[in-house]
Amino acid sequence: MDLGSALQYLISGLTVGSTYGLTALGFTIIFNATRVINFAQGEFVMLGGMLAVFFAGFFNFGLFPAIVLAVACTTLVGVCMERVAIRPVQGANVINIIIITIGVSIFIRGVVMIFLGKDTFALPPFFGTEALYFLGATIIPQSIWILLITMLVLLGLRTFFNNTIFGKAMLACSFEQKAAHLVGISVDRMVMLSFAISAMVGSIGGVILAPVTLTSYDVGIMLGLKGFASCILGGLGNPFGAAAGGLIIGVLESFGAGYVSSAFKDAFAFIILLVILFFKPSGIFGRADIERV
Amino acid sequence: MSKNTALLKCSDIYVRFGGVMALSGVTFFAEKGAITALIGPNGAGKTTLLNVITGMIPQSEGSIEFKSRDLSNVAAHIRSQEGMVRTFQNLEVFSHMSVLENVMTGAHNRYNYSVLDSIFKTPRYFARETECRDAALEKLNFVGLEKEWSLPALDLPYGKQRLLELARSICGEPELILLDEPAAGLNSRETKNLGEVISAIRQDLGITVVLVEHDMELVMSISDEITVLNFGQVIAKGTPRDIQNNQEVVEAYLGSED
Amino acid sequence: MEGRKGVISLAVFILAAAGFPWILTNEYYISILILSGITAIGVVGLNLLLGFAGQISLGHAAFFGISAYTSAILTTNYGFPVLAGVIIGIILSALVAFLIGIPALKLKALSLAMATLGFGLIVYIFLNETITLTGGPSGFVGIPRFNVLGYEFYSDLAYYYLVAGALTLVIIISLNLINSRTGRALKAIHSSENAARVMGINVFRFKLFVFVLSAVFAAMAGGLYAHYLSFVAPSSFGFHASLQLIVMAILGGMSSVWGGVIGALFLTSMPEFLRMYEELETILYGLILILCMMFMPQGLVGGLSRLSGYIADKLFKRRLK
Ligand SMILES: Nc1ncnc2c1ncn2[C@@H]1O[C@H](COP(=O)(O)OP(=O)(O)O)[C@@H](O)[C@H]1O
Ligand SMILES: [Mg+2]
Repeated sequence: MDLGSALQYLISGLTVGSTYGLTALGFTIIFNATRVINFAQGEFVMLGGMLAVFFAGFFNFGLFPAIVLAVACTTLVGVCMERVAIRPVQGANVINIIIITIGVSIFIRGVVMIFLGKDTFALPPFFGTEALYFLGATIIPQSIWILLITMLVLLGLRTFFNNTIFGKAMLACSFEQKAAHLVGISVDRMVMLSFAISAMVGSIGGVILAPVTLTSYDVGIMLGLKGFASCILGGLGNPFGAAAGGLIIGVLESFGAGYVSSAFKDAFAFIILLVILFFKPSGIFGRADIERV
Repeated sequence: MSKNTALLKCSDIYVRFGGVMALSGVTFFAEKGAITALIGPNGAGKTTLLNVITGMIPQSEGSIEFKSRDLSNVAAHIRSQEGMVRTFQNLEVFSHMSVLENVMTGAHNRYNYSVLDSIFKTPRYFARETECRDAALEKLNFVGLEKEWSLPALDLPYGKQRLLELARSICGEPELILLDEPAAGLNSRETKNLGEVISAIRQDLGITVVLVEHDMELVMSISDEITVLNFGQVIAKGTPRDIQNNQEVVEAYLGSED
Repeated sequence: MEGRKGVISLAVFILAAAGFPWILTNEYYISILILSGITAIGVVGLNLLLGFAGQISLGHAAFFGISAYTSAILTTNYGFPVLAGVIIGIILSALVAFLIGIPALKLKALSLAMATLGFGLIVYIFLNETITLTGGPSGFVGIPRFNVLGYEFYSDLAYYYLVAGALTLVIIISLNLINSRTGRALKAIHSSENAARVMGINVFRFKLFVFVLSAVFAAMAGGLYAHYLSFVAPSSFGFHASLQLIVMAILGGMSSVWGGVIGALFLTSMPEFLRMYEELETILYGLILILCMMFMPQGLVGGLSRLSGYIADKLFKRRLK
């Protein structure tokens, strides 16, 4: 095992893992606010990439306006989803709401399929195409952009949660809905905000990855699953654990593909996930909470 | 009273939750055939002690002996099969069942038959089910819920759900039942009725009772023996009269003056 | 009381199942009914796990797949009799369920969902990638029709009765189990594991039992599926298929054995009818799912019984006037 290829696998793992992490972050934010696993999260990621391709290609906008527009539109989709499909059934059985999110994901996928087709698209890289060589590994500039943007998003969210009234309120809301209500925080607004932020973060994850792995109407399924796996691995409920979980899964998968077999790369990540779950059910960064009787 | 007749003996129990010491060195006995009350302010560790006794959580240290058998590290369902059953402070009625089914579940191991008996509806299935049903109806009658037997359990008003839990826990004919604040949320008429039911459980069914309760009138009127917990430690033991006159207990409840 | 209602429902079901081929004489409808029935066998099993015991499995299609492929490979490549192949497939699925259930069922809610989902994906990837054994993504062809003791269920009508018989058997087993101490134990575990323990219920053993049983039903369905279509591909057993099974159980109504049957029938046949809308099919499917869950939280069985109650009410009132 030489250093160059190991480094190569590490970097490509972190690249893909960033998107998993951002997807996982989205799952966590909605879960904390509602206790619901949003199965449409992967579609937000897909929408990010596909809409960016659409706006960049069909309107001849520059790449950046297209990306901003794609993220904004996806955020809007998140808000609409909450208003139309989630809020009316507030207080319903969690499992019913989960089925509704599955319905929404199928719906979104269907709409994209009709309007943008079943083809695979590529988004041009953000800046630069010249690869860098470093200790025997080849690094494409997009990888650096992906890592940078992911870091920025994480930092931004951290600041939001720690330093703004809204962010603090969202944490309060996730800890205790009733208490949040008592101190005058509107739970409705928080839930809507959680969908908006999740959609936004997810679509950013989709946009940054699209130049590397291509995108199509159905990429959301696998990305969603990997994102869900990441947040369970990181410890459900912990946003930054989720992001770390994404990076870990990305790297595991990349090493699995490199050293074991590329055909079984997905299996490899899931086998490790199962092993970890069986030994530490609360995830790597989750605290085992003792159930109160 | 000689400690040798105790049905349940908990010795030197410690329970730690992270940094919190919920129980430190608690020794607690329940005499066979008696009603032993366990009282103390909120957060004293009463529920935790019940959890340890029934095997819901492990103790950090200490041992539990029931019918002279060491059950310290035995799974909860086995302790139940040995004859100790409890109720819960926050009602844990089985929500997907009728009142009758709830009580029948209490006799899960008493009227035993195999999965194959139920799939093929063998005569054994019908015989055991009938016995189980009759026993459950009898227990519902005992607590005064016979009219409500066919309702979904969650349709019962709160006070009756408490009685339902009681009926469910005696249906397996245990030797010991541990009640965690059975009168919480009941009005005074319901509480009085509850006291009568608990006395009858001991008197007519011969079941030993451990009673965790805040309602002092109830505790004082039906208990034989009282143990007082405060901050995870036993601060007093004695008859109701002893406890009423114990200065430390009064302070624990009212807060000391200095 | 419950018993009588159960017997009546069962009688209605058997009559309907026996009568369907006379009403829907079209071959195409029969084949949809066959596929619905096969799916229903799996969903009824899943519903025991999900609706009654409250334990989720997001990888249940894997048990369909393990048995379908086992039987397909044994009968096609190694000349096993079909019945032997199917039985070995079922045993293998049960064994896998047992082994995966032991660690997985110690997990709660979403971790359990993740573990079963991961398991399902691993099986799916395995079916896709072991090409020499399974034929890979393009599928496995040439599987013989189901036959027992020389009788081949060659016509679709014969196969329909085979599937209807198997489904009836699975329903009867499920109903009998639900109305027994096992059923009460499962429902108790659903409401409160702690209270179940206190009643002396060995929670882990019952969870494992119902998990393996539901895998056995799924495996039965898998065998019937492979030997009906004569062709299997991994895509029928992936995450999507598992999700479909869950959706069918919930949409049908989780608190009743019949929910699984109705959910399977509805969601297997609906796409066939939506097919005429071509492009819009996926969108409509998603919409129907959303609307059903928004307006019929108890599932189709709950919705239907409310509707029939409403109609009976109206008729009754009108008669009073
Ligand atoms: N699962 C738990 N995790 C952490 N602390 C706990 C847990 N259960 C109880 N405690 C703590 O242990 C102490 C005793 O609680 P408890 O036994 O419920 O008291 P009581 O029933 O006497 O009111 C309290 O300080 C409580 O906060
Ligand atoms: Mg308590």
